[in-house]
Amino acid sequence: MKNPLTHLSDLKLGEKAIIDSFTDDTMALKLLEMGCTPGEMVQLDRIAPMGDPIAISVSGYLLSLRKEEASTVLVSPLK
Amino acid sequence: MIKIALVGNPNSGKSTLFNALTGLHQKTGNFPGVTVDKKVGHIKFENGAVAELVDLPGTYSLYPKSLDEQVAFEVLCDPANEDHPDLTIVVADASNLKRNLFLVSQIIDLKIPVILVLNMMDMVEKEGDVIDTIRLSERLGVKTIGLSARNKDGVEELLHAILQPIPVPQYDFIDVKKIAPDLIDRVRSVVKVNSDFSAFQIINNLNEIDYFEKHKDKKNKIEDALNTFIIDKNQLQQKESVERYKVINRLVEECITHSSAIKTETFTHKLDSILTHRVWGYAIFLLVLFFIFQTIFFLAAYPMDWIESMFVSISEWASNSMPPGELSNLIVNGIIAGLSGVVIFIPQIALLFAFIAILEDTGYMARVSFIMDKMLRKFGLNGRSVIPLISGVACAVPAIMSARTISNWKERIITIMVTPLMSCSARLPVYTLLISLVIPQDEKLGFFNYQGMILMALYLVGFLAAVFAALVMKWILKAKEKSYFIMELPVYRTPQWRNVGLTIYEKVKIFLWDAGKIIVAISVILWFLSSHAPADRFDQIDKKYEGHVIWKELDSEIVEAKIASEKLEASYAGIIGKSIEPVIAPLGFDWKIGISLVTSFAAREVFVGTMATIYSVGDADNTQSIQDKMRAELDLKTGLPKFTIAVGFSLLLFYAFAMQCMSTLAIVYRETKHIKWPLIQFTYMSVLAYLASLLVYQLMK
Repeated sequence: MKNPLTHLSDLKLGEKAIIDSFTDDTMALKLLEMGCTPGEMVQLDRIAPMGDPIAISVSGYLLSLRKEEASTVLVSPLK
Repeated sequence: MIKIALVGNPNSGKSTLFNALTGLHQKTGNFPGVTVDKKVGHIKFENGAVAELVDLPGTYSLYPKSLDEQVAFEVLCDPANEDHPDLTIVVADASNLKRNLFLVSQIIDLKIPVILVLNMMDMVEKEGDVIDTIRLSERLGVKTIGLSARNKDGVEELLHAILQPIPVPQYDFIDVKKIAPDLIDRVRSVVKVNSDFSAFQIINNLNEIDYFEKHKDKKNKIEDALNTFIIDKNQLQQKESVERYKVINRLVEECITHSSAIKTETFTHKLDSILTHRVWGYAIFLLVLFFIFQTIFFLAAYPMDWIESMFVSISEWASNSMPPGELSNLIVNGIIAGLSGVVIFIPQIALLFAFIAILEDTGYMARVSFIMDKMLRKFGLNGRSVIPLISGVACAVPAIMSARTISNWKERIITIMVTPLMSCSARLPVYTLLISLVIPQDEKLGFFNYQGMILMALYLVGFLAAVFAALVMKWILKAKEKSYFIMELPVYRTPQWRNVGLTIYEKVKIFLWDAGKIIVAISVILWFLSSHAPADRFDQIDKKYEGHVIWKELDSEIVEAKIASEKLEASYAGIIGKSIEPVIAPLGFDWKIGISLVTSFAAREVFVGTMATIYSVGDADNTQSIQDKMRAELDLKTGLPKFTIAVGFSLLLFYAFAMQCMSTLAIVYRETKHIKWPLIQFTYMSVLAYLASLLVYQLMK
């Protein structure tokens, strides 16, 4: 069963999820070229000391992005 | 000579490979019309052949979103571009192959001759993974070479491959035509391009391509086609990206065997939990900053002293070996003095860039951005702005050069514009002289000494002004590109000393040639202004002191100091100083300070020397006697001491804010490639200085 969708920015530390879709077209293009494609698994790896930006593992590397940017990515968390 | 372009993702080890291939045979220029640095080197082959290698800016894709990416895009996609290569070497980080293959796939579809280099194969081996290079090469239809640029492993094989004839890639990576069939056909009927993907890129980036500015008729035809088909360019590109990753995922599965060992706590992960920790992260960063600051502030002082005394000997030698006169005067006081003003910066530039190269090379710089981003974003700055701002306390010149690591245009310009407000070391002699002039030394507030507190306050004021100016510019400046923080946090590596050395060499060279000539030119002008006078004014001064019996009895040094003082007053600089007196009078400055403001444009610390000349103190190093003279100076109208606390504070604030440094302006021009930015900087800082001094003087007097 598929979990309800949430925003990438709302994941908890260490939580894994599958990328579903994007809510912002410009951001989508930038994230796609960085390997964040729908169906790809991501894990919230690190949160900067002030709560923003965050770092996720995706496509075999560590990608940092701001919460605002991460909020345009819809993900389906893995249990 | 064949032209080769080197492309790849940031952090793919592209520069390391560039250095390994070209060594010291490289120079830095810039791509026509843009502020992007262009590194060109020469590869010398064993058989005597020579190839030209152009290092294109690091990019993740061929979508031109930033200036850097635009350059890479134009060079590769437009065969008419003057840098369009005969052969393209794409560097991919083999330990991070999936994302790196994205750019590779786009370049393959351009149908230009390509060699794929899988760099960092040593890392892959260390992880226990295996990449089937032969299979990957077959699937991609391009020559593929696995190597490790750091250890120079496999570089020979690459050199050998370059000399072989390289065909264009055999297959399309993806079928781009499927995404927009009719449009691609239409574009290909209007312009002659050698691939569907080139046509696709034209559809998506019509306005960014230089070629179509010269061929408006073709542009119009394509625009008409775009209008009839009603397309969403963004959707087209999204489809393309998804298609590419579908193929890449299959390829990676086929060609990489991951080791079965599960690496949960890698070295990078462990180090990150300390270096981006809420307490340790900042503590360590502060320590690093403190260390850098100490080094460029104190350690650089030694070589700077050597350079200074070297130039003193050179000018002594030059003035002794030439007949006295105009020419010797020009060479000694104009050109050699100007050169010494340039060379003196080398130790600080070299040390700062050694640190920056190490921080970048190890991957720590990306973490600094990560932990500082939220704080600095509010002021329109970037996580990486911290290094320029802190280095600005030592000297703005290397600091501004270091702003180059900020890839976002707006954040970089703001950093460059506000960095000179940080109180640099050249202001220190001026601060020291003025503070001890107007504040009694033994006055204390409890435990604290007033003089020390005021000095600290000046540094703080500079910092606050920089932050405030950044905030204002954030609102005024229009962004050319959106500020992203979507970037890789690379794995930690040991720095490569060869890269560090080459960075220092390159930065020093850029400074000496590009900023150096402006600095020397301005110092010659300043020399002329302060050593020349209209008509026979100087002769009259000489005559006045000639033959007078009374003067002959005086110490000749005192007479010389008097003559120098009167000549400075009579010179063009003196005339300028006097003519600006009405403007600076509301700040509490007289014409004597006016002259110092003019001459200290060469460097702020010249203020002290000029004051010494004006007050005819023979020895400029004797601060005490300059102070005594200044303290004894009386205001003609009131008969009270001229240098009151009000004048002192007004002058201190003026020096804290004013852009009194031609070297900084020269480097800002070099780094922004536009005269507009140094002019704006000069204007806003002068206005700020004037208003601050006006306010303080009028309130305190």
